[in-house]
Amino acid sequence: MKSYNLTHLKELESEAIYVIREVAAQFENPALLFSGGKDSIIVAHLARKAFYPAKLPFPLVHIDTGHNFPETIDFRDKYVEKIGAELIVGSVQESIDEGKVVEEKGYNASRNGLQTVTLLDTIEKHKFDVAMGGARRDEEKARAKERFFSHRDEFGQWEPKNQRPELWNIFNGNKNFGEHFRVFPISNWTEMDVWQYILHENIELPMLYFAHEREIFMRDNVIMAKCDFIPQKETEQTENRVVRFRTIGDMTCTGAVDSDAGTLEAIIEEVSATRVTERGTRADDKRSEAAMEDRKKQGYF
Amino acid sequence: MSNTTGEKSYLDMELLRFTTAGSVDDGKSTLIGRMLYDSKSIFEDQYEAIEESSKRKGDENVNLALLTDGLRAEREQGITIDVAYRYFATPKRKFIIADTPGHIQYTRNMVTGASTANLALILIDARHGVVEQTMRHTFIASLLGIPHVVFCINKMDLVDFDEAVFNKIKADVEAFASKLDVKDLRFIPISALKGDNVVNKSENTDWYNGGTLLYLLETIHIGSDHNHIDCRFPVQHVIRPQSDKYHDYRGYAGRISGGVFKPGDGITVLPSGFTSKIKSIDTFDGPIDEAFAPMSVTFTLEDEIDISRGDMIVRDNNKPEVSQDVELMLCWMNDKALVSNGKYALKHTTNDVRCMVKSVQYKVDVNSLHRIEDDKDIKMNDIARVTLRTTKPLLFDRYSRNRVTGSIILVDEATNETVAAGMII
Repeated sequence: MKSYNLTHLKELESEAIYVIREVAAQFENPALLFSGGKDSIIVAHLARKAFYPAKLPFPLVHIDTGHNFPETIDFRDKYVEKIGAELIVGSVQESIDEGKVVEEKGYNASRNGLQTVTLLDTIEKHKFDVAMGGARRDEEKARAKERFFSHRDEFGQWEPKNQRPELWNIFNGNKNFGEHFRVFPISNWTEMDVWQYILHENIELPMLYFAHEREIFMRDNVIMAKCDFIPQKETEQTENRVVRFRTIGDMTCTGAVDSDAGTLEAIIEEVSATRVTERGTRADDKRSEAAMEDRKKQGYF
Repeated sequence: MSNTTGEKSYLDMELLRFTTAGSVDDGKSTLIGRMLYDSKSIFEDQYEAIEESSKRKGDENVNLALLTDGLRAEREQGITIDVAYRYFATPKRKFIIADTPGHIQYTRNMVTGASTANLALILIDARHGVVEQTMRHTFIASLLGIPHVVFCINKMDLVDFDEAVFNKIKADVEAFASKLDVKDLRFIPISALKGDNVVNKSENTDWYNGGTLLYLLETIHIGSDHNHIDCRFPVQHVIRPQSDKYHDYRGYAGRISGGVFKPGDGITVLPSGFTSKIKSIDTFDGPIDEAFAPMSVTFTLEDEIDISRGDMIVRDNNKPEVSQDVELMLCWMNDKALVSNGKYALKHTTNDVRCMVKSVQYKVDVNSLHRIEDDKDIKMNDIARVTLRTTKPLLFDRYSRNRVTGSIILVDEATNETVAAGMII
């Protein structure tokens, strides 16, 4: 008898498409959070698959801290045009100008935490009742406890100890007025799955992920890109190095790794040999053992 | 060339989802830790972080449970509260572990973890043999229709790798499992701590001819775990592009829940009963010749008929049951107890209906598997047989025949919380 088997990537793809279609069916006004990083690019790619031949039935939403890599913004604009999607930008700079948040000070100041306020404001302003994102359970231990459909109360907060049980593939998106959901279609993907899928599907990425020469300096053993947003100490020497980024966040909190991996194949080889998690280069997670859990409770992505 | 072989191997990999349940001291964390560690799925920074935490808490050894206990409350109390999902891969397969706490007060978490699993891993301490917890975990695995159950007889090093101990436990398990519906039972003598028969074959168990645990996980046949006989396609979403190129396109998007569909197949749409033929099965990557569970695809039909979310496309000669009266095994998951004659929202495949709890037949003692007929108060973690009456007919199969079309959840209409999970009998 013929055997009907899916490969692991096909099964993960099918699961994610199912989740994205559930979002479109269960909610009135969805949004897809798009940072220009590989995970949100994958979710956007899967969303295109989910509704083909129709266009995306929701906009991409970018929370722009103003401290993004220029390469990311460039990629974002080209990508949105290519797939014919609508783009909504929530600006952290505006939140600062309006006095809703106060910028951190000092050498390690980051706008990462401020994003939460802008994100919640953007959700409220556009009356989104669900925001999809590319978070994965293998990224970080608080994210390992996330549901596919994650409920947020009227203050946008996450209550990790009292989450709805999630069984089979039955997703409960029921909510009261003013509450919203975060949905994570690629919850079950690992970093390796993401890269293998990118290779298999030939998905275009920002060049930051590939090895390139760039001006950098070292801080707390992390390779930081030289930029106008980070005040450099006198002891922090600028040098030229061939690096790439494993994750893409703000320039102020995303570290690079030494790498000469210039192709997807080389990146996969590097990822399979690496012994450090990808968020190991993220300064925002290192602030405390529960840094991610605390930010998520407040409504962080 | 290494790239080509690398690409080939990952394109051949299957996904195995398994669940583990256990309580403190039975070696579950050690076992998972060993599989993750030996398959190089624990990263250095993760290991350093838990090494640091273990030291701070005064643990002598690195406590691998800290890897999975992701919430602050869990770390503080030293217990696993919630289901934790862990991921690892070998060159042959990719694995998702739903790691759940094993204590009776976490029955609902075990049920949750088991709902998506192909396989359950149950640990038995060789010194203690079959205990209450073994029965409970096996019962839940059977209730949730997990096709394969693997019993790891652990701590064999503490009973001198005695074959008689292993055989006794095996016979005891088989005796009570015969009353349950488990298709595939396996037994492996292991020492999670020393590594015997986990990844590498033990030199201490020459009387054991089977493979190691990892070998079993890598090779166990999971291709038949989905139903490929009864064609079921719950319509999830209707695709109308409204563009010039696809002006008249009307596609029915969904995930196949059972059977194999092909273009040209005669189909019936339920509940309307309209018939048509499949014109094409579309995907972003082009039309395909056949679609089977659990693929997400889009159907177009030869005829224009009214179809919306919640309808089910099936083959003419093989239809699901259609009824407003549903018998099921229910696992209660909420602090607020079941209200008899209470009304709840019910979710089943892509359908939303309301229902009333008409009667509770009995409750199951999950340790002894006895039926309790005189206590019908269904509270958190209880498992009971109940009858529901729905506002609209459900299109369903028995859970033992199809885990997708045979499962439901109940939602409290005031709080919107998921309060129960049900398996249709």
